[in-house]
Amino acid sequence: MKETGDRRQGTVLCLLFVYHKKYSFKETENRPLSPHLILKSMSLIKTDKVSYEYIRRDKDGAVEGINKAVDEIDLSVEKGDFIAILGANGSGKSTLAKHFNALLYPVGGTVFVGGMDTRDEEHLWDIRQTTGMVFQNPDNQIIGTVVEEDVAFGPENMGVKSRDIWERVIRSLKSVDMFEYRKHSPSRLSGGQKQRVAIAGVLAMQPECIVLDEPTAMLDPMGRKEVIASIRELNKTFGITIILITHYMEEAVHADKVYIMDKGRIVMQGTPKQIFTNVEELRGVGLSVPKVTELAFELRRRGVDLPEGILTETELANELCRTLSEAKHRKF
Amino acid sequence: MIRDITLGQYYQTESVLHGLDPRLKIIGTFLYIISLFLVRDIFGYAVAGIFLAVLIVLSHVPFKFMVRGLKGILVLLIFTGVVNVFLTPGEVLVSVWKFNITREGLKVGSRMVIRLVFLVIGSSLMTLTTTPNRLTDGLERVLKPLKRLKLPVHEMAMIMSIALGFIPILIEELDKIMKAQSARGADFESKKLSARIKSMVPILVPLFVSAFRRAGDLATAMEARCYHGGEGRTKLKPLRYRRADYIAYLVLILYFILIIAEGIIF
Ligand SMILES: Nc1ncnc2c1ncn2[C@@H]1O[C@H](COP(=O)(O)OP(=O)(O)OP(=O)(O)O)[C@@H](O)[C@H]1O
Ligand SMILES: [Mg+2]
Repeated sequence: MKETGDRRQGTVLCLLFVYHKKYSFKETENRPLSPHLILKSMSLIKTDKVSYEYIRRDKDGAVEGINKAVDEIDLSVEKGDFIAILGANGSGKSTLAKHFNALLYPVGGTVFVGGMDTRDEEHLWDIRQTTGMVFQNPDNQIIGTVVEEDVAFGPENMGVKSRDIWERVIRSLKSVDMFEYRKHSPSRLSGGQKQRVAIAGVLAMQPECIVLDEPTAMLDPMGRKEVIASIRELNKTFGITIILITHYMEEAVHADKVYIMDKGRIVMQGTPKQIFTNVEELRGVGLSVPKVTELAFELRRRGVDLPEGILTETELANELCRTLSEAKHRKF
Repeated sequence: MIRDITLGQYYQTESVLHGLDPRLKIIGTFLYIISLFLVRDIFGYAVAGIFLAVLIVLSHVPFKFMVRGLKGILVLLIFTGVVNVFLTPGEVLVSVWKFNITREGLKVGSRMVIRLVFLVIGSSLMTLTTTPNRLTDGLERVLKPLKRLKLPVHEMAMIMSIALGFIPILIEELDKIMKAQSARGADFESKKLSARIKSMVPILVPLFVSAFRRAGDLATAMEARCYHGGEGRTKLKPLRYRRADYIAYLVLILYFILIIAEGIIF
């Protein structure tokens, strides 16, 4: 009974996998590649008027409508940057992110990663190695049945020698503080731990940039803190470029630059301070500012003397103390 | 309850057999099964039986785990035994109604049963002493020659190991779905078969939907990590033969020669 159960599930997965392999081949189209040499010296990632459309088809395969998920986006990411991309549901964040490591190809415009045009088949593996990707659901991106084997998956695909793989696995696991769990089964780990294993799996490929697509969306507050701490650590100590896509404003506060997306376009960009000052504008695109900023905003509107763009609790506390003591002085 | 299902049937312990290379164990099991079909008489069975007994002792796996595999084929065992005992023509020993028990029948029947028992215990010995991961690795290497025939050996091994990893996740999901549907009044305990089958639909549909989504996500994640088939792929833990493996191969060959020689001489 037990055996047949296992076997049946195995077969189901086989079928699913084969099905997926068969139907997931990319549609490449014949646009001439851009001469990438000009841009070689420039940014790590650069997009030039990038657009992407999902084509909706009815059940006979006829085109029913076109869904423009990404609409002429220009952005550039420099080495060592910490970028945050925010936007309401369906604003095209994930679609954009998948362009950064050639999981999707632009319908219009060009994406350059390390100077390479992502549509250039020849560089596909270089591009995927340059920008690693961490996804939202921790369960759906873990491939190995033991932590260390999962982390080794990327280097194995790249054909790294066994001894070097070991070195990379150990180093990556240590840098996300998961080394002691290397012999564990991933299914027994907490969500935050699983995501850190996923990050280690990307790190083991020694990328220059890591794109994280809502890595904390399915985690509890503890797990969220762990993961964000790991990400910041990688950025600060190892200089790895981070592109963090998130719903949580608090996570974007530490970024060097924030992009706000709405309906496939970038509608705002700037430092967190610049962005979160525009509370009303953000509400307009279905976003809210960090709790602290919102509190400060409401206090300011009601006449409390506070500066714009307060992002952290410490800042708010300091400013409040200042205003309070000033008010006291005025009284006496 | 569903969560109690353990992965594969690996039995974790230290032993000579556990340390051996999976390729050796796969080939060894295969040869052992062939040898069971080569033996003709009681001496042959004795050799095969002693060989198996020695392996069981060496494996440090409690005997009851081996017998567990037999439960699954109990019906088959009884059926094989009974059919052979009653339907083999020969010297009649006892007559029951229209059926005769013959001397030849007893002989053939008992041999068939012993053969099946050895076969099942022999192969569960392999799965009990080898982790699923090493087993798939071994299988991939052993079956590599079949690639020439355009069989997707690497892909099959990959699918197997991924499936193994996903079993706990799917089981958890199944558990969740069943609880959710019970909360809505689904009846999984009903005596009526039709009601039971009907109650499976609202479980299987969401399970399949989520499995499809997972398969899609996983394929994307694998591609993002540079997966492009078995071509040029290296291994974190490559399979390497050690001295014990060569000795084991030698023992295996000696056993096989013994079985063949025994068949020729007697
Ligand atoms: N596979 C698909 N087929 C068709 N349309 C899609 C597909 N994936 C996304 N879309 C559509 O493209 C648009 C952008 O989706 P995308 O997933 O990029 O948004 P998102 O910003 O990541 O949203 P979320 O915050 O929910 O993750 C949405 O309108 C969505 O409906
Ligand atoms: Mg998304």
